[in-house]
Parts: sequence; C-alpha cells; structure tokens
Amino acid sequence: MLTKRIIACLDMDGGRVVKGVRFKNLRDAGDPAECATAHARNGADEIVLLDITATSGNRRTLLEAVRSTARSLFVPFTVGGGIRQLEDAAAVFDAGADKIAINSAAVRDPALIGKIAGRFGSQAVVVAIDARKVDGGFEVFVAGGRLPTGRDAIQWAREAAACGAGEILLTSMDRDGTQSGFDCQLVREVAEAVSIPVIASGGAGSACDFIEVFREGRADAALAASIFHFGIEDIAQLKHELHGAGVAVRWPC
Amino acid sequence: MIAIVDYGAGNLNSVKKAFDYLGAEVVVTDQPENVATADKIVFPGVGHFSSLQALSRTGLREALLQAAGGGKPVLGICLGMQWLFEGSEECAEVAGAGIFPGRCRQFPSSVKSPHVGWNSLTVQKGSRLLRGVAQDSFVYYTHSFHAPVVAGMTAASEYGLQFAGAVERGNIFGVQFHPEKSGEVGLSILKNFCEV
Repeated sequence: MLTKRIIACLDMDGGRVVKGVRFKNLRDAGDPAECATAHARNGADEIVLLDITATSGNRRTLLEAVRSTARSLFVPFTVGGGIRQLEDAAAVFDAGADKIAINSAAVRDPALIGKIAGRFGSQAVVVAIDARKVDGGFEVFVAGGRLPTGRDAIQWAREAAACGAGEILLTSMDRDGTQSGFDCQLVREVAEAVSIPVIASGGAGSACDFIEVFREGRADAALAASIFHFGIEDIAQLKHELHGAGVAVRWPC
Repeated sequence: MIAIVDYGAGNLNSVKKAFDYLGAEVVVTDQPENVATADKIVFPGVGHFSSLQALSRTGLREALLQAAGGGKPVLGICLGMQWLFEGSEECAEVAGAGIFPGRCRQFPSSVKSPHVGWNSLTVQKGSRLLRGVAQDSFVYYTHSFHAPVVAGMTAASEYGLQFAGAVERGNIFGVQFHPEKSGEVGLSILKNFCEV
C-alpha cells in the first residue's frame, strides 16, 4: 500500500540549519548533513534542504552542503533556494540532489519547469508554492514570502503541473512555524485540482495535525521543520501515532 | 567492475553514490565497449520511454543485449526494468528488450498518476536479488507506467492494481522502485546484486 510521506525540511542559511516563525526570527538548529542523516535514521521518508537566503555568494556554500548531505543519505533528497535557470539545477543535481524545488523562478518563467523536467525528468522537479489567504482566496507570494504576485495559488498549481512539475510543495505562510495545524482548506483545494502529489507544509505541531491534513486535506505527504529540529515531535513517535490512528505510513522503516 | 549505463537521460549520481557507499567498483559509462568488458551492468532509467531510442543510436542496445544473453548479471532500475519487457504504451515505436513478456501500461484512472512514494513489497520466495528482504518492506517508487505481473516476478506492489515491483530470470534482474533511494532495504538489494 502506498504510504503517506513524512518529510523533514531543513531551512539553511549560510551553511547552517535555521528555523523561524512566519519566515522570520531565525534560530540555529545544526549542521545540514548531520540533521539530514539523523532525521532519516529516525524515520523521515524524505529530506528537503532549502537555502532560504540563496544569494549568489551563497551558491558554493549550498553546493558544498548538498554534497556532504547527499553522501550518506539514501532516501529522496530535494534541494531548493536560488535555482533560477537550468544550469543552477544541473549543478545541484550534480552535487547529489534527487529533486530540485523551484519557486520564484518558476512564477517568473513557467517554461523553466519544462526545461528542467525535459532534461532530468518530471519526477525531479518540485514546484514550491508559498500561499497566503487573501479575500477568501489564496494568493501566491515569492521571494521568500516577501512579494505578492496577485496570482491564485490553485490556478498556479494547475499550471505548474501542466508545465511538467512532478510534485507541488505547498506552504501556508499563515501557518508557517506557528505549530497551529496545516491549512487543510488550501491543501485540499490544490490536491483536488492536480493529479501530481501535493506536499503540505506550514503549521505542523502535533500528530493530530498530520492525521487531519492526510484525511481532510488529502495531502500525499506532509513536511515539517521546527517540530522535528527541537525534538518537540520525534518522527519515529509521530509515525507510531499515525500508524495507530490507521494512517498508512512507512513504519517500521 | 560494475558498469552503470548512461544514455544521456536524467541523473545517475544517486545510483553511483549508493554503490560507492557499498564499496563496489563502479564506472558510469556511455560507451558500448565498457559495457562489453564490465563484469556486471546496471541500467538505471528515468523519464520517458522514448528516451530509450538513444540506445539503438549509440550501440548501447546491442551491448546490453549481448551482455544479458552472455550471462552477465544485469540490473534494470525503473525505466531500465521497463526496458526488459517488450515495450510500453508510453511510446509504441520504441522496442524493449523482450526478455520478459508483455508491455508496460498506465495506472488505472482510479488512482493519481504518477505513483510517487514508499510502497510495500509482497516478496516471492527464492529471489537472489531480494535475499533477506522482509515481507512488506517499503521501497521508494516514482513512475507513471508499470510492468505487468509475469512468471519471473519476484515482488509485487499494489497501486490501483497489482504490478511487478521486481522481476528476475537467471542473470537478469529488474526493479521498478529505486533501491538507491530506499534506505537500508534498498542498500541491501544493491549489496545482493554486487554478490550474485
């Protein structure tokens, strides 16, 4: 039986894993390679590494972090942040990523999705969408959540899928880092609009939140960062609880 | 020496990295002569079935068929396993190796496609490749087309229907899932391949 995936996300700034609340107030949470292998050992089905500052000066730091993280990681590994063109993606794959996540660059140039998918396969292209509730709908924000685009998140997810995206990583900016639960309405609307897998992100705080986003939100996977880094919710314990609640998860791993 | 066949599609780093981790001697190559001289061959695949057309152009198809026919252990991964069958609905014009009967097909419309994530394996007895792999072990899949249930199937998974997760006949092995991304279970399968 296909299981629901639990994905651990590492937000990276200058080679270190950090975590903030609503994209702000960053705290240090460790070395990326060490965090990744610890999460994988603990039952994470997948690791996402996001370079949240992603300036051009940071490229080398990112590639080094990808290389050292990939070396001993044998679960799917996604890398995002600052990927603006095919060459950036190629460098990240070359350093050992299995998938890349693109956000702002895809909004600016949707054809980039198809370009990367054409060379590395759709399974390797994750389109990340940061969305916030605005006037009853959900609006797409870019540049780390700083710039509103005026675009509807559900429409954009549909377009990204049509362009060749393999998965959608959907973050609710309203819930990010708050541990107040996923935005199940947002997740469900996107999950019903596309046939590719949807990874829910933003707001994970308890096992109940995961159960809700898998059942009510129809998410294929759920991603969390802060609750795993600081040991609030242990992934092994989380999976044990999900398994007990009848959610199909890779457990025991 | 294990040759990992590179026919210009996708990213073979993860496969190479897993064999490196296991201490195996591997080379990534697009040269038919390297396939001919290798002891074992890994044929990973990613993307569209039509990308396999490149095999004929480059002489790799002939080299792979000769190695397979000559008794060398060959492991097809993902699209590489689909190639071991007669062909695929995804691209009717490109012929597979025909080592296993039947064609690869799309998943039924009752399930989302692609099939992405960790799914469990129903393992048959007697597989050399899956030696030591526990019943209901989880492995990582990502694909839109699936191979049919055939006589040489050594493991099945369910997604809208039952399909072949792994096949085996003599020296020829195929896995639809990605052992290089399937944690300890996947590494143990690659280790078995190194030892066949």
